[in-house]
Amino acid sequence: MATDTPTDTDFGQVSRTKDVAFRLLALAATLVGIVSLAALLANVAVDAVGWLNWGFITSPPHPDPYEAGFLPALVGSIAIMLLIALITFPVGVGAAVYLEEYANDGLLTRFIQLNIANLAGVPSVVYGLLGLGLFVGLLGFGYGTVLAAAFTVALLILPIVIISAQEAIRAVPDSQRQASYGMGATKWQTIRNVVLPRAMPGIMTGTILALGRAIGETAPLIMIAAPTTVFGIPNSFESKVSAMPLQIYTWASYPETEFQYGVVAAGVVTLLIVLLTINSIAIVIRNRYQQRT
Amino acid sequence: MTANGGSSRSVSASDPGGSRSDATMTDNAPLGSPRVDNAVIKSRDLDVYYGDDQALHGVNMDIPERKVTALIGPSGCGKSTFLRSINRMNDLIDIARVDGDLYFHDKNVYDDDVDPVALRRKIGMVFQKPNPFPKSIRDNVAYGLRVQGKDDGDVDEKVHTALERAALLEEVEDQLDSSGLDLSGGQQQRLCIARAIAPDPEVILMDEPASALDPVATSKIEDLIEDLAEEYTVVIVTHNMQQAARISDKTAVFLTGGHLVEFDDTNKIFENPESDRVEDYITGKFG
Ligand SMILES: Nc1ncnc2c1ncn2[C@@H]1O[C@H](COP(=O)(O)OP(=O)(O)O)[C@@H](O)[C@H]1O
Ligand SMILES: [Mg+2]
Repeated sequence: MATDTPTDTDFGQVSRTKDVAFRLLALAATLVGIVSLAALLANVAVDAVGWLNWGFITSPPHPDPYEAGFLPALVGSIAIMLLIALITFPVGVGAAVYLEEYANDGLLTRFIQLNIANLAGVPSVVYGLLGLGLFVGLLGFGYGTVLAAAFTVALLILPIVIISAQEAIRAVPDSQRQASYGMGATKWQTIRNVVLPRAMPGIMTGTILALGRAIGETAPLIMIAAPTTVFGIPNSFESKVSAMPLQIYTWASYPETEFQYGVVAAGVVTLLIVLLTINSIAIVIRNRYQQRT
Repeated sequence: MTANGGSSRSVSASDPGGSRSDATMTDNAPLGSPRVDNAVIKSRDLDVYYGDDQALHGVNMDIPERKVTALIGPSGCGKSTFLRSINRMNDLIDIARVDGDLYFHDKNVYDDDVDPVALRRKIGMVFQKPNPFPKSIRDNVAYGLRVQGKDDGDVDEKVHTALERAALLEEVEDQLDSSGLDLSGGQQQRLCIARAIAPDPEVILMDEPASALDPVATSKIEDLIEDLAEEYTVVIVTHNMQQAARISDKTAVFLTGGHLVEFDDTNKIFENPESDRVEDYITGKFG
């Protein structure tokens, strides 16, 4: 058959139709996500114009949309976040160190590991229910307090913190541990001086990103009966607290269109700015330490 | 605890009146002249298993004080395994199991009352791939001092001394606070040697310390090892026979399957080995 070919230089052509088609399809899929996100952001940003101003950021809520402010919810969210960080960081790192460095690879460890992975996927409303029973009911932290809110949402993101800390610890090369043990270091000395310092950027990045998830949570706060609107800034752990997403949700249910569009949009943009700030901090930390491997 | 395997021998060395307590060699001794004077480390019928696979078979060896002892042999014959069993780094491998006796100053290091962490403070180790910490040069060298609680005196002076002994001081004297990772591969390995000797151990184990280095860096390390033997007992694994011939006093030849086949003065091993298989290996007929 090959001898029928008139010239040796004619290699023929291979069809690229599917190549091109798939490429276009993949591009379209990418655009759907990006374009709709951009449209959403643009829409909200436009609505927020004129509403998001210094007065909005620094005033308490008000029945008149032109007077309404976001300060208690903003401060409430930040207070809850800080407390969550204080709770999840030591507990998450402790659990991760135990699972990676101490626990032997037995059935029990695998069972715990599997459950942590499963917990990361449990709907947040379920954590709200747990928080209501455990922190509000059993431990008496009070309905809708900073303390109850922080502990409840901390439980929610704890599995994510543990898993990301485990990944960071696992990424520390074994040669570093060997070097330490070879010098006559104990396990604790090795963890403290070699493993944790090296895993810390990864642990911090993971924790901060998990906080970014926590800041958008509404359902668990509703479950522990956080007030939908508070007028004063929380000044203790026992203060009633509202958070940004909860306040936004409340405004959205008001009848006035000024609330539904303008004020809500201003709240959403503020929330997104705080979220982006948190994520950029994580990225800065990662880049800062990543130069050295 | 480790009693298992083919024989039912106990690991305990404190067997009064038993023939093993004076660490005599059994019929399992390798060819050559396995007895040495001033032995600090004595391996007796040492077996090491990884799970069900036996990596070392009844190794009997004496390691003389303040000399360089080279372990050579084809890859996979158990050189690193033997080295790690001296300072019990094998303890870190879950599936590793040791049977037999390994004496350090006539104390069986596998006795129940031996703390491997304390043992490793007397027997330092340098690894195949340089593994400095991402810390300053100073903190790298001081690491052992700190974890061993020997940082009470003048740490800086001890750091300087160690760097000097490791023939690195001149090159890094004015950058002690820069990262150990900024050094070249050969400098990093000398930094690791400085780190190992800073707390002043008695023995230094080296697992192919120059195999990742270029020839110039290698020859610096080789010179250094010869100097170190004036103060320390050095045990070095190498697959480079010329290197063993150049720097060691005694040579142990392991062959495939995890057997120590011959042990003798390095000259003897390279000029006139007793075993034909060792001769074949030395002359490059296999391996
Ligand atoms: N951590 C380990 N787990 C299981 N098997 C191992 C391990 N380390 C070494 N071995 C096995 O033990 C044997 C000897 O290995 P090793 O001591 O590294 O040899 P060498 O250093 O002479 O190249 C090899 O068969 C190797 O596969
Ligand atoms: Mg090896």
